[in-house]
Amino acid sequence: MNRLSAFPLALAALALLPGCASPPNDLDLALTRPGVERRYVVTLQPPARPAAINQLHAWQVQLRTSAGTPVTEARIRVDGGMPQHGHGLPTRPQVTRELPEGRYLVEGMKFSMTGWWEIKLAIDGPSGADQVTFNIVVAESAAGR
Amino acid sequence: MKRRGNMLNPFQLLPGPRAHALAWLLTASAATGAGALTLTWARADEQQPAAGLVRWSAEEKAVLASLSLKRLPPAPSDPSNAVEQQPAAVDLGRRLFEDPRLSRNGAVSCASCHDPARQFQDGLAVSRGVGLGTRRAMPIVGAGHATWLFWDGRKDSLWSQALGPLEDAVEHGTNRAHVARRVAQDYPREYEAIFGALPLLEGLPAHASPKGSATEQAAWQAMDPRRRTEVSRVFANAGKAIAAFEKSLPVPPTRLDGYIDAVIRGDRAAGHLLRADEVRGLRLFIGKAQCVSCHNGPLLSDQQFHNTGVPPRNPIRPDRGRAAATTAVQADEFNCLGPFSDARPEQCEELRFMVTDDAALEGAFKTPGLRSVADRPPYMHAGQLSTLEAVVRHYVAAPHAVVGHSELTHRHGGASPPKHVERPPIELTDGEVADLVRFLGTLSTAR
Repeated sequence: MNRLSAFPLALAALALLPGCASPPNDLDLALTRPGVERRYVVTLQPPARPAAINQLHAWQVQLRTSAGTPVTEARIRVDGGMPQHGHGLPTRPQVTRELPEGRYLVEGMKFSMTGWWEIKLAIDGPSGADQVTFNIVVAESAAGR
Repeated sequence: MKRRGNMLNPFQLLPGPRAHALAWLLTASAATGAGALTLTWARADEQQPAAGLVRWSAEEKAVLASLSLKRLPPAPSDPSNAVEQQPAAVDLGRRLFEDPRLSRNGAVSCASCHDPARQFQDGLAVSRGVGLGTRRAMPIVGAGHATWLFWDGRKDSLWSQALGPLEDAVEHGTNRAHVARRVAQDYPREYEAIFGALPLLEGLPAHASPKGSATEQAAWQAMDPRRRTEVSRVFANAGKAIAAFEKSLPVPPTRLDGYIDAVIRGDRAAGHLLRADEVRGLRLFIGKAQCVSCHNGPLLSDQQFHNTGVPPRNPIRPDRGRAAATTAVQADEFNCLGPFSDARPEQCEELRFMVTDDAALEGAFKTPGLRSVADRPPYMHAGQLSTLEAVVRHYVAAPHAVVGHSELTHRHGGASPPKHVERPPIELTDGEVADLVRFLGTLSTAR
């Protein structure tokens, strides 16, 4: 891949951030991560259509064991914020429903601006407590038209 | 890959020495990605480029486009107000908005503090109704886009907001029984065409409200519960009409909109639309001055609550802002979930998912929109700062908050480490402060 085409790809990956608030270059944007205690493997699933800035929307969380077995009947608390801005989420998202196969519906998600957001999940399930933090970069292209 | 055309680095198209000798002025169509690049150049060592014609990167253009009025979607519909789109409600709302009879002394209307001739605000640090308020009157244009109303967001809809000042002791100073009477007497046909039959108000006390003086509260308590509901409903409907009017107010384009649209079109006329200092200020605004962090989107507000350490008007009893408002909005009978709302409970998601327990709400106030900001000093939630220069310098000084904690960081002589290590302090030279202030003038209506 030549430099000219690599340039926009890199930007697309990290989105374009207002001003000096560009996220760190080495930000891990993986949407499947093990918890810090390694009790669960967590997948965060954004909505199929990106929501507009300041529009409430829902995400899904998939919980599995490290062997890949779906984890049901877990309690999940959602927190987060913008590390570069020193503020939390504009809403208090909640798991409102457990779906089949270890999936959970998270309603009340909202991003009030583009940039790097952390989504922190505190999980209390059959194998005990665990936490996981995801990095989300909200791009202007997701801000709706 | 649609945007590849905008991402090209023109310096890679030329041999090195020539690239150094030339100041490139690049305009490109970022919106369409049509790939139509217009490249012009001038010898940097011979003459300066035209004042405002500068190169914006593709990323910067995307941020600029996000601020354009063209990107403002229609205000979201409010499920709690079924009449907000009705022209008859807009018309009644306009008349109620300007009607001073809806006040204790017959002299205060919504328009007193939200003067249509002054961008629907009053130019005062704190507003004067029948008494003296504690906060700055907010402009109304664009308010239909806000999730939370007032500086502290203690209301969750425009119609519920409109009711607050009517029963506030220092604003209109009136009460819902009086408002219901006035509506029934002065606007019966207009009201009934929108909301259906008025209740019978014979024998209603002249003044009664659950929020008023002791006498008014006693009169309210003495009323039959069904009649209390009827009166509150007329009161709520008056608010819904006022909200319909407020929501109908157009957001006028600014000089900056014209500039941004020209830049995005790749129109070289952009260079003549703003001055060089204004463009430098714009670059600071979306760059190292960090303004766009919270003043984002076409209305230049994230509609959220932040503590930036603005000195309280009364340091003895500092205003807690958002922290004191979440309980109020939850308990408000005129909220989305209340008996006078037209919404189904499941439509009241904002209340359902509202942040109530974050320490960051302490001393936090809503980010004000910045359209026409230069035309409406003084600034901040209680008019604490009289000029835009003072405002910009506040963000550079980043004082510690008197109540809660400021989100801003500052080296403060290196004495205290920044609380949020990822957020750099806002550090600007005097010249940059001046450029930023000049830029804020471009947010005024195009003339």
